[in-house]
Amino acid sequence: MQSFRAPQGGLIDRATPIDFTFDGQTLQGYAGDTLAAALLANGIRLVGRSFKYHRPRGILSAGPEEPNALVELREGAAREPNTRATVAELFPGLAARSQNRFPSLKFDLLSVNGLLSPIFAAGFYYKTFMWPAAFWERIYEPLIRRAAGLGRASGLPDPDSYDKQTAFADVLIIGAGPAGLAAALHEAATGARVILADQDFALGGRLLSDRRAIDGEPALTWLAKTEATLRAAANMRILTRTTITGIYDGGTYAGLERVSDHRAPQQGVPRQRLWRIVAPRAVLATGAIERPLVFGGNDVPGVMLAGAVRTYINRFAVKPGSRAVVFANNDDGARTIADLVAAGIKVAGLVDPRPETPPALHDLARSLNVPIFAGATILRAKGGTALKQVTLGGKSAGITLACDLLAMSGGWNPAVHLASHHGGKPVWRDDIAAFVPGTMPPGVTAAGAAAGQFGTPGDNETSPILPLWQVEGATGKAFVDFQNDVTAPDVALAAREGFTAVEHLKRYTTLGMATDQGKTSNVTGLAIMAALTGRTIAQTGTTVFRPPFTPVAIGAMAGPHRGPYFRPTRRTPAHDWAEQQGATFIEAGEWLRATHFPLPHETTLQQSVDREVRAVRNAAGFCDVTTLGKIDVQGPDAAAFLDFVYANTMSTLKPGRVRYGLMLREDGFVFDDGTVARLAPHHFLLTTTTANAARVLRHFDFCHQILRPELDLCIEPVTDQWAQFALAGPQARTILAKLTDADVSNAALPFMATIEATLNGPMPARLFRISFSGELAYEIAVPASHGAALAAALLQAGAMPYGLETLNVLRLEKGHPVGAELNGQTTAADLGLGAMLSKKKDFIGRALAQRPALLDPDRETLVGLRPRAPGATLQAGAHLVPHGSPTTAANDHGHITSVAYSATLGHWIALALVAGGARRTGEIFRAVNPLQNTETEVEIVARVFHDPEGTALHV
Amino acid sequence: MRLSCPCCGPRGIEEFSYFGDATLARPAAGAPPEDWVDYVYIRNNPAGPHSELWYHQSACRQFLRVERNTLTHEILSVSAA
Repeated sequence: MQSFRAPQGGLIDRATPIDFTFDGQTLQGYAGDTLAAALLANGIRLVGRSFKYHRPRGILSAGPEEPNALVELREGAAREPNTRATVAELFPGLAARSQNRFPSLKFDLLSVNGLLSPIFAAGFYYKTFMWPAAFWERIYEPLIRRAAGLGRASGLPDPDSYDKQTAFADVLIIGAGPAGLAAALHEAATGARVILADQDFALGGRLLSDRRAIDGEPALTWLAKTEATLRAAANMRILTRTTITGIYDGGTYAGLERVSDHRAPQQGVPRQRLWRIVAPRAVLATGAIERPLVFGGNDVPGVMLAGAVRTYINRFAVKPGSRAVVFANNDDGARTIADLVAAGIKVAGLVDPRPETPPALHDLARSLNVPIFAGATILRAKGGTALKQVTLGGKSAGITLACDLLAMSGGWNPAVHLASHHGGKPVWRDDIAAFVPGTMPPGVTAAGAAAGQFGTPGDNETSPILPLWQVEGATGKAFVDFQNDVTAPDVALAAREGFTAVEHLKRYTTLGMATDQGKTSNVTGLAIMAALTGRTIAQTGTTVFRPPFTPVAIGAMAGPHRGPYFRPTRRTPAHDWAEQQGATFIEAGEWLRATHFPLPHETTLQQSVDREVRAVRNAAGFCDVTTLGKIDVQGPDAAAFLDFVYANTMSTLKPGRVRYGLMLREDGFVFDDGTVARLAPHHFLLTTTTANAARVLRHFDFCHQILRPELDLCIEPVTDQWAQFALAGPQARTILAKLTDADVSNAALPFMATIEATLNGPMPARLFRISFSGELAYEIAVPASHGAALAAALLQAGAMPYGLETLNVLRLEKGHPVGAELNGQTTAADLGLGAMLSKKKDFIGRALAQRPALLDPDRETLVGLRPRAPGATLQAGAHLVPHGSPTTAANDHGHITSVAYSATLGHWIALALVAGGARRTGEIFRAVNPLQNTETEVEIVARVFHDPEGTALHV
Repeated sequence: MRLSCPCCGPRGIEEFSYFGDATLARPAAGAPPEDWVDYVYIRNNPAGPHSELWYHQSACRQFLRVERNTLTHEILSVSAA
């Protein structure tokens, strides 16, 4: 029963009734309603409990500034807490719940907090819960979180989808009230590309709520004509349900569009869309937000902002009460009594604190038969869960008026928030008792109410406002910030305790925090503080407004970039082939790489890896190494450039030969390593580690463009252009010979040489005789499109595929450092590569690599480890402690960086960084892992476990 | 924030990466260690105009010399470094 809905009028669609639920009760509203309007139409005025005192709360406003009417919308994983009922659009099946109440909205046990309010005053956390310290985390915090809070998060992954979009325009108009629409009409005629954005689902702003005239015609008539004109303009893009939430540098604006929050979820349609709008100019037509007045019980359900009362009457044809009192210090009083009377609501009185009320107001009140109480205030509103009466003060002290609705207005604050996002401070204007935008972000101008220009043409404010920040003599709790339960005495307490700066006031009392960010409370709070400290409001200033203007779901900021779409997944050209071979994959940076290729009878990773290792050591295996970064460097000065970026010399490399290269950072630590092939006198092709591919390229560009711009060369990343496989093992040459007619004999293609060849297929290829495994080995590079074909050919020729795990065992057996050892804290000498640093040339990192601390012989350097007991396993990360010493940091001599079971040697092996390094060969340590409570006795051994002479490489 | 790349035109900040002070000069090969420490580790943190390097990583790979006011984020000039 919509018993509080007027029989006609309003901008709702009475032909489309909508069923929804509130706290499980099924109710009905109309299309065009907000949830708040529909609740009021059903006579529901108690909608929530307050944050700290659990006081009954109703609906204060009719817009995004709402501090009280916060509800949980939707159910299950889609549940969204703290949504404002005043902007939530009604749709069929909408499920809303009140929040922060226990056990029920009407009877809340925790409202006892109100009786304990001396304890819960500002700063109570800091004073009350100080001792004992151990209690904070286990007892106090959970207790406070249960008692004080807003809605509940679902705790489940967000089931909705979100979109992101960028748009460019010549001008962005923020707000489609009368000022924004007038600006849009003007811009539409110029042909500029315009975006007009408004948070509401309908254009018009206050024109939808107030019975105004524009240029002599009813505002709604003007609105309809204007909207038709704008919608017909080709250069106009209109975004409704879109809140501009922030202004960023360079004319960049963020906008949140609620694409389907106003209807049941639909597959394939995002819930919300985050817009990035780039526009050199913008018009700030964000309107103004009404201020509450501060008196006792100003939060009782039934006390509403006067402008909101008019919105519910005019726009939604809802009667927010049956018997009203109006309390206003400005012209809103006149507008409100007129609309109340027109809606058939009895008005018990207009309470106006101005001693001299304008004659026109008297005439109006007389004609409406509304008594005026001039020079009067309201001291106290009473009623518990619903307003029953108000007690007057000032010139009308002693009078009590019965009412169930109190419409209040303390004046209007221009919505200056966005104007401050670049640091511009709002400027106080005494004549309108409000802040207006100060220094604007570049390209932004304010218009209409946002600029402090209230009213419409020919319908301006007629009487001056009398600022009234706090009613003197008020009794009972007088709230400044409804959402945070901050009262006028809390502000006074902050002043007494020295928190007089506005930013301190905010932190100490929480005034202006949480989801509404003080939209209805900031100015009132700082005005009270100004009066208490004998400063002007201008001197007191505002807190800093930062984006977002209204809350933005994290999901909207993430957009579609979540789960597997968080970052790109890179697959090598032979990925599908490897998948068909049954490979198991692991994420390695952005890449998916095969870890191993299990055979049907193998049940553990170790079984597969041991088989793959033996295949390489005894026959031949091949491994996809496409992910290594590849950079092509060409030009007359390419050799000189590589001499500069590598620690060892590259200019002496002969064409057709390959050399291992080591790079340092400028601070002297190791940066990256790889191979450098000289394909021609002025043409080099080098590899980087998989992880550093992008970083090395950037470093090269920096070294060339900034440090050595005089060098003549070109740098190009070619990682994606080539598929590359390592073919390793005693049979490698035999297998390679099956793939090509080229001469691949030891004489034609010796160790560390490279040739171009054509593989059967035919496939153009580059062959590099280089080895990471320590076996006779080749790396074969073919254009990426041939990658899968080459893998198939290698398998066909008799090589066994192996994965990353086997690659790791093979390199560990050879003592090669990789990422775990090239960890940014190791020097070339730490890794046993100190001799590679050229003494004959300048190179990146040379100077600082010579720092005494980096040359200290006691630095942790790389050694090999083996367990003393043959069957013992080793764990990476274990720390090395001498025998007989307690396991303390002081006795820590180093740690294990990499471990593997060596099928070749039949026991576990490890690399470790140990103080003093190789000179401690033969020493015994305890390898301790306190996290897993393991301990293994280990011995320091030579770093190269397999074929230390490297004989296999040269066959 | 947006930067106007001399090669690519105005682009969003996410295409660029920051490389710090553009006025640093790498010391000569035989310079004393103090010069190297200054070059590698010591940075001014000016409040106001700052000359800095940005790298157009996601597009043309050009290093840019950007004059930026660190207080207002105003971009005063952009040129190829």
